[in-house]
Amino acid sequence: MTAVSSPHDAALSQPAYHDKVVRQFSIMAVVWGVVGMLVGVIIAAQLTWPALNFDIAWLSFGRLRPLHTNAVIFAFGGCALMGSSFWVVQRTCQAPLFAPKLAAFMFWAWQAVIVSAAISLPLGYTRGKEYAELEWPISILITIAWVAYAIVFFGTIAKRRVRHIYVANWFYGAFILAVALLHIVNGLSMPASWMKSYSVYAGVQDAMVQWWYGHNAVGFFLTAGFLGMMYYFVPKQAGRPVYSYRLSIVHFWALIFTYMWAGPHHLHYTALPDWAQSVGMLFSLILLAPSWGGMINGIMTLSGAWDKLRSDPILRFLIVALSFYGMATFEGPMMAIKTVNALSHYTDWTIGHVHAGALGWVGMITMGSLYYLIPRLYGQTKMYSVPAIELHFWICTLGVVFYIAAMWVAGVMQGMMWREVNPDGTLAYTFVESVKATYPFYVVRLVGGLMYLAGMLIMAWNTVMTIRQRPQLVIAVAPQTAQLVTPAAVAPV
Amino acid sequence: MDILFLLIPLSTVLALLIIGTLAWALSGGQFDDLEQQGELVFDPGEVDAAGVPIRPRTTRP
Repeated sequence: MTAVSSPHDAALSQPAYHDKVVRQFSIMAVVWGVVGMLVGVIIAAQLTWPALNFDIAWLSFGRLRPLHTNAVIFAFGGCALMGSSFWVVQRTCQAPLFAPKLAAFMFWAWQAVIVSAAISLPLGYTRGKEYAELEWPISILITIAWVAYAIVFFGTIAKRRVRHIYVANWFYGAFILAVALLHIVNGLSMPASWMKSYSVYAGVQDAMVQWWYGHNAVGFFLTAGFLGMMYYFVPKQAGRPVYSYRLSIVHFWALIFTYMWAGPHHLHYTALPDWAQSVGMLFSLILLAPSWGGMINGIMTLSGAWDKLRSDPILRFLIVALSFYGMATFEGPMMAIKTVNALSHYTDWTIGHVHAGALGWVGMITMGSLYYLIPRLYGQTKMYSVPAIELHFWICTLGVVFYIAAMWVAGVMQGMMWREVNPDGTLAYTFVESVKATYPFYVVRLVGGLMYLAGMLIMAWNTVMTIRQRPQLVIAVAPQTAQLVTPAAVAPV
Repeated sequence: MDILFLLIPLSTVLALLIIGTLAWALSGGQFDDLEQQGELVFDPGEVDAAGVPIRPRTTRP
């Protein structure tokens, strides 16, 4: 590639970005999104009508619930994070991926983890640790894939052609490093056989490690990673740089310093020492500040261009996602206060809170980013159908509102019923009475979940149609924007 | 609660590493010019969805 004779040659003489792996991850994010949300709808229906497990052990709630969480967090969210991080790191570093073959390996390793989860969890193989259920051989495969991910990502940063490391890369980088550490410390287990192991920790020690892991997984996987996405795709879609770049840097450092200490709020009123619970509560409250700083920073990126929200459904996805981020990060610290937690813990309020973050923030920021990415990955400027994005946006937003409103009411009601005592000190309600009272809210939650799944199916259809529409070969080069090269023009090379 | 003898030092080491990274980034000049860096996501001459050139924040009144 020495003589430059045509614009296409000129394009090819520049290092080309490796977008095949981004394409693969983006497609699989949509596929696993549909699968994970479908399983979610099934278990929501089982809670409403328990007969729906058909007395088959493989379909029982206890086995499908971890399948749902693993599928939506690590398959849907994970693929979206990995794909988008490879897109973002190449563009903001103006350098192609480091070790692209390792990236390709990492894609297949990650899909193997997901498929193993989809098989082993319904069969009943589990370590019983929330969000870390997968048995030790799969856990080791996760570690291998993750190390490959880290090498590719940080290798690309190391060979960057711009001096400054864009803030999105800091968030993605923190997510990769923190999740590696959490996975290893919480995953330490003694194998007893091929698919059975025991945690090296016991009792309350194990609980503390688990929630140190669990809360940081929320903080670094479901928050920091998706904030990396936000800090790239919101400015891109809005066509304006982030509102305050300075604030985004403060957001990053404040968030990662604070998150690490908040885990004990999952163990209020347990055998964990009181002071440790209070430390967890205090840091949870402090977390409100950086979280809202970031939320305001993202939303204010639109200042002076609010009119774009009227015409651009992708931007609406991104901004509503940020609003749910703000809601969930306000609700979280409130629920971490011990007196509030005394009411909310073990009720469906927690489920509502999690889904405000998961459906509202994580899901919608991912969908918005994928709607930006998918056409560009296939040499087009927009999705096959923009009205379908619009429809997806409304059905999805309404679905989230139905879901979380039902769970709020159900949760508060359950908490009130459980603490109600008669004048003689006995409990006013039996547990099953609270279950019975929750029934209508479970129906509403199922409706919300169905709407959210329907939106995801619209997205899957739109994705297929976009890909089928005149496929063109895209060769993107650094540092210009993606250039379109028709297959005929590339053939002689 | 022996586990706190592991988790607290581990978290402290992690916090020190974060401080170290922050110090590296600061002394390396990563945050010397925070006015322009937000535009790093855009390519020169990039236009938004409506075809309007990207307006840098720094030139706003």
